[in-house]
Amino acid sequence: MEAADRKRLLQEMVFARRFEERCAEAYHHRDIGGFLHLYPGQEACAFGVLEKARVGHDYVITGYRDHVHALKCGADPKEVMAELYGKETGSSRGRGGSMHIFDVQNHFMGGYALVGEPFPLAAGLAKGAKMKGSDQIAICFLGDGANNQGTFHETLNMAQLWELPVLFVCENNLYAIGTSLERSTPMHDQYKRAEAYAMEAAQVDGQDIDTVMDAAAKAVDFVRSGKGPYFLELMTYRLRGHSMSDSGRGYRSEEEIKRWMERDPIYLFRDRLVEEGVITADDFDRMDKEARDHVDDEVIPFAENSPEPDVKDLTKYVLSDDDSCAMGQIAGGGK
Amino acid sequence: MAEIFYWDAVRRAHDEEMDNDPLVFAMGEDIGLPGGTYKATQGLFDKYGEERVMDTPISENSYTGIGVGASMIGCRPIVEIMSVNFALLATDQIINAAAKIRYMSGGQVGCPLVVRSPGGVAHQLGAQHSGRLEKLFAGTSGLRVVTPAFPVDAYGMLKTAVRCDDPVVILEHEAIYNLKGEVPDEEYFAPLEGARVVREGTDVTLVGYLMSTHWNLAAADKLAEQGISAEVIDLRSLKPIDGATLRASLAKTHKAVICTEDEAPVGMSAEIMAVLNEECFFELDAPPVRVTAEDVPMPYNHELEKAALPDADKIVTATQKLLGH
Ligand SMILES: Cc1ncc(C[n+]2csc(CCOP(=O)(O)OP(=O)(O)O)c2C)c(N)n1
Repeated sequence: MEAADRKRLLQEMVFARRFEERCAEAYHHRDIGGFLHLYPGQEACAFGVLEKARVGHDYVITGYRDHVHALKCGADPKEVMAELYGKETGSSRGRGGSMHIFDVQNHFMGGYALVGEPFPLAAGLAKGAKMKGSDQIAICFLGDGANNQGTFHETLNMAQLWELPVLFVCENNLYAIGTSLERSTPMHDQYKRAEAYAMEAAQVDGQDIDTVMDAAAKAVDFVRSGKGPYFLELMTYRLRGHSMSDSGRGYRSEEEIKRWMERDPIYLFRDRLVEEGVITADDFDRMDKEARDHVDDEVIPFAENSPEPDVKDLTKYVLSDDDSCAMGQIAGGGK
Repeated sequence: MAEIFYWDAVRRAHDEEMDNDPLVFAMGEDIGLPGGTYKATQGLFDKYGEERVMDTPISENSYTGIGVGASMIGCRPIVEIMSVNFALLATDQIINAAAKIRYMSGGQVGCPLVVRSPGGVAHQLGAQHSGRLEKLFAGTSGLRVVTPAFPVDAYGMLKTAVRCDDPVVILEHEAIYNLKGEVPDEEYFAPLEGARVVREGTDVTLVGYLMSTHWNLAAADKLAEQGISAEVIDLRSLKPIDGATLRASLAKTHKAVICTEDEAPVGMSAEIMAVLNEECFFELDAPPVRVTAEDVPMPYNHELEKAALPDADKIVTATQKLLGH
């Protein structure tokens, strides 16, 4: 990978981190409502995998911890923030909120609040791509907790049976809210569960973006070349609580958190780039300041100054605007 | 116009729509190679192949979800769920995903999915195969819910549903797949909204859908022998319910009997009652009456099952009472 690309990638990750930290602040000021699930600590997963996919071309889908995946797919940060503020200019017109960011233009097919729900949707996107004879693949990011849903087993079974072009990325952060993997799942290695469906699978360090990119390149190639689905398990950690109402402390030790903080994916990557001579420590500080300024000067003001949705549009988007099916007046017949 | 079986009408709609658009595909348990439990996809596996007429594993929620995902990018999947009782396992994908995706995405992406599922009480299948869950889907924003009671609607509604940009739940009925009826020889698209007067009358309006429409028709025959002229309305769509057609009928008859195959509490009859109250109140000479299933899980025993369900005689009795005969 070119030095310039490595630098850009770090810059993107830093931006995502500052974007999300600013979300937390806005939440405390009650500018953002509802549930808010942040991603710090896991950035190498979304950035590493999607760097090796074709963003804007491949389909991407995930759960409720979805802001960063949307950003990496090309969603405008201003629109994502406006969505969190519930504004008409938001990526989902203020109808979705934090857990339901959609940017269909960039093929980011949404965040979903029901744990495990996106598994079959991803397989369906892959089925659709296959039917259209396209080389697109579908990528589904979900946590380890989701693997205990029936949809995991049902979907992996069908995806493998029908050789669908779908990449399942398990961001194994060791916890489902406050319940650790040890206390919920007898088989701790998630990739081994996928192997039970005869699926190609691997497990790698999710904090080291180079490792993630290597594994992702292999996985994406496998899926795109028509060999069927792939299951990639990334070992990671969320540095914050599960959501804003969870300190993340009661169920895990300070010592454990500290150990993982030392493996913060952004700082690991920074140190490597400094070592490689791609950037200096000062470059990083400049990058960081730029990211904060971008969020403060452009992203937040856009969200703050955007209009609320008009209440008269309350029932817009429930059904399509096209009335022809209601009336049975379908154009066509014949091919 | 030929007389064909209800199942054959559904099969013909599948065939024509799959022929028309290569992105239409069908999926469900046993619908492919075996030809479908109710023959609704017979012959299509041979014609269109296993990529488009897919036998699925027994995984209702996830294969329905695969249909949702494919529909989001322009495919037109028709998902058959073998029995509406099993559709309960797929309610996450139908109610939480299909029905909400357009709204949650601020209109960016629709979900033109069709879910077909037979329900109702056939004969002595026991409680877990006799579900009537229309209230569940009709009570969900973002879905269209239709109930074709005759072959012509089974054919025309499926064709329209496939081309509709909204998720459509088509509730069929196990006991009427072998009903015969006239279906136009030329292509026909039935509306997904709007009730139909299936028999005209002047003394009372009998309201129903699916099986209860057939019971209402049988009751109307019996009432005619007693000199009572009943108008029968087949709702066809449970969402929205066509209040205008009800009002036009009530303007003639001024009295209504509602018959549904589901239980009364929070059931479809309660919703129909509310529509009559809100839209037809000033046409009513007496409070509408409802004839529904008893509030019990459907028993296996034949006599108990009969006792738990409405039938033409129960409708006749309720009507006589309402009219003061
Ligand atoms: C069907 C369902 N059950 C329960 C919940 C509540 N819930 C939200 S997140 C979560 C934990 C999920 O953990 P995991 O899949 O590991 O993802 P992570 O948050 O760690 O990224 C739970 C139980 C839900 N949203 N949906």
